[in-house]
Amino acid sequence: MSHFFTAAVLSATVASGIALAAPLLLAALGETVGQRSGVLNLGVDGIMLLGAFGAYFTTLHTHSIGLGVLVAVAIGAVMGLVTAFLNVTVGADQGISGIGIYIAALGLSGALFERYVGTPLPITNSHGMFNAVNIPLLDRIPYLGTMFFQQNILVYLAFLLVPVLTYMLHHTTYGVSVHATGENPAAADTLGISVARVRYSAVLFGCLMAGLAGAALLVLDGIFQENLTQGAGFIAVALVYFGGWRPAGVMIGALLYGLTGAVILSWKTLGIIPVSVSDLAATAPAVIVLLALLFLVGRYRQPTALGRPYLRGG
Amino acid sequence: MGHSEAVSGPRAMLAGAFAGGWRAFFLRWLALPAAAIAALLIGALIILAMGANPLTGYHALITGGFVGSYALTSTAVKAVPLLLVGVGICIAFRANVLNIGGEGQIAMGGLASTATALALPSLPSILLIPLVLLAGAAGGAVWGAIPGLFKAYRNVNEILSTIMLNLVAIQLVNYLLSGPMIDRSESFAVVGRIPQTRLLSPTSWLPILIPGTQFHLGVVISVLVAIGAWVLLRRTGFGFRIRSVGLSTEASNYAGMPVKRTITMALTLSGAMCGLAGAMLVFGSISHRMVTDGTLTGFTGSDGFYGIVVALFAGLSPLWTILSAYLFAGLLVGGVSLGIALSVPYSQDLVTLIVGLVVCFVVALDAVRKRANLQAGPGAGAWRQLLAGVVPRLRAGPEPAAAAGHSPASTEPGPDAPAQAPRRSLTPAERSEEAPP
Repeated sequence: MSHFFTAAVLSATVASGIALAAPLLLAALGETVGQRSGVLNLGVDGIMLLGAFGAYFTTLHTHSIGLGVLVAVAIGAVMGLVTAFLNVTVGADQGISGIGIYIAALGLSGALFERYVGTPLPITNSHGMFNAVNIPLLDRIPYLGTMFFQQNILVYLAFLLVPVLTYMLHHTTYGVSVHATGENPAAADTLGISVARVRYSAVLFGCLMAGLAGAALLVLDGIFQENLTQGAGFIAVALVYFGGWRPAGVMIGALLYGLTGAVILSWKTLGIIPVSVSDLAATAPAVIVLLALLFLVGRYRQPTALGRPYLRGG
Repeated sequence: MGHSEAVSGPRAMLAGAFAGGWRAFFLRWLALPAAAIAALLIGALIILAMGANPLTGYHALITGGFVGSYALTSTAVKAVPLLLVGVGICIAFRANVLNIGGEGQIAMGGLASTATALALPSLPSILLIPLVLLAGAAGGAVWGAIPGLFKAYRNVNEILSTIMLNLVAIQLVNYLLSGPMIDRSESFAVVGRIPQTRLLSPTSWLPILIPGTQFHLGVVISVLVAIGAWVLLRRTGFGFRIRSVGLSTEASNYAGMPVKRTITMALTLSGAMCGLAGAMLVFGSISHRMVTDGTLTGFTGSDGFYGIVVALFAGLSPLWTILSAYLFAGLLVGGVSLGIALSVPYSQDLVTLIVGLVVCFVVALDAVRKRANLQAGPGAGAWRQLLAGVVPRLRAGPEPAAAAGHSPASTEPGPDAPAQAPRRSLTPAERSEEAPP
């Protein structure tokens, strides 16, 4: 245990926890906006998988991870249109349509991977893999620099989006429209807000972010495999509830999840936890989030119209 | 709902001339097959895009899943966990509880039943088989009761808690099967041990009913369970309370029903069905061990998710779930043949894709149906007539109906209601709209 409580190990653990939290945070922030407009999207995990595959395949062939990330976002947009069509235009049961999209995307990403890649090759620097971007000066702060200012660009983006989205959701006309649509779509409609348009845009944003989160996960792992996400998209959905539909709360949840995971990994590497119980220890993040939900939930109310399709005259 | 919408505008008036004829007929009877065919067509396009012949593939899929005694018995065996999970999902969804936790509940059921068999290897079959099946159901029930209690008493969204509990259960399986419960007789040499238990006592194996095949006792049990669940939902006070709570918690509460207990019980029962499926996966398997491969779906084979699809396709009626489970099992079994015929390694992924597309189409059609004010599904009416003479009416006394009679939710659902997707709420105005004018 004494090996763990050294400044170097601790700061490395925090750094890896932040890196682990970033994909979850990206996906969960997107889902937050969607849910605040009243649409529950359970297909996040599937969209992340497709995004990750798109980014992987593009990067392997073009040697440009930047292009890979763009492809992931584009895939997210396409899936967003499908999701929005099902949930907004058709008015399908959102819990179930999300599961459908997840299963379909799980199958499609697996099939595409087997068909067009087969043997996975890691993405390396020769593919223009994102390197850590050191923030000048700040990265030289002892320990804090390692923790916060030597991450890759997607990690910075994820955490930058927290204040941006907080501002957008609470202080812009669009944010108020999203809020109104999620609370009382009929009232929003009478005020001349196009419920369909607001929900389409919110869902589309959520799915773009899910695609981006897939790319972030790929950057983190450096390689694609079948079911790469291992349920990360579902965890992201859970974090939205955990965070009480507030970007900052979602960030705290993602950090809690990421840091717990990083501590477990670090203890495993240091031999504090024997390898034989590492599977058991891997349940810790889920258990902690579950317990937190049990004691925290109820402090925030979910959007009133969450999960309810709105059809005019309906 | 959109009744007025359905008969406004010239096109709808023309449709009205058919007096709900073709449209109603299509939505009632042909919509589900149409959804399946649409999904298969998109699947065909994707197979084509990947450079394989969809006709060869689908021919192999159907032959491999449904033609010949080998295919049919394999399909029947594959259908066992799907049917049990599907029935569990029917019960939960009827109470308007989205149980996404099938995967975890299957895993816990498998663990509990396997532990029982490992602990009591010398019991005779007549005792051990019922015991392991009950242990499986109990394991799943515990894993269903937790989110049920969380939802009922702490208002924790069941989607979240079941997702988290899935992750916990799967890791628990990985830990136990690669540690405390691992087969120690296996050599540790080259590749390390497979995460699996030792060969379970032969007295715990589900007996094979058709020699030379894998057709085991579980096939019969699962069908009986489905019929039992239908009786429970349609013919008992508990089933009535489940459906009532599913339609409106407020009204059920007003009518004096124990809403919280009903929600907890619905999820517990749902978990028990999934746990039973987990036991079937172990004791009806060829290996007669509990095996995983360390991935999320290593033990369950995604049956917890497929069960949702099966139940949904059946319109949440346990009886139609039997048919639906066999259809999807055939699809999954035939998927292997599809892979062989096309000599592609991704056939299971293609089947997964098609199943996902089916869900999307079915859920979309369901929404269209609701808007058209039609009862969903082919209806359980025919089944009911058939069974009315066979199944004794297990009336639970008139009190729930009578109590509910004074409340806004006095909605003893109409004759075709069993095949209906769960509805958030139903106001008296909506009820009256449902009656033909």
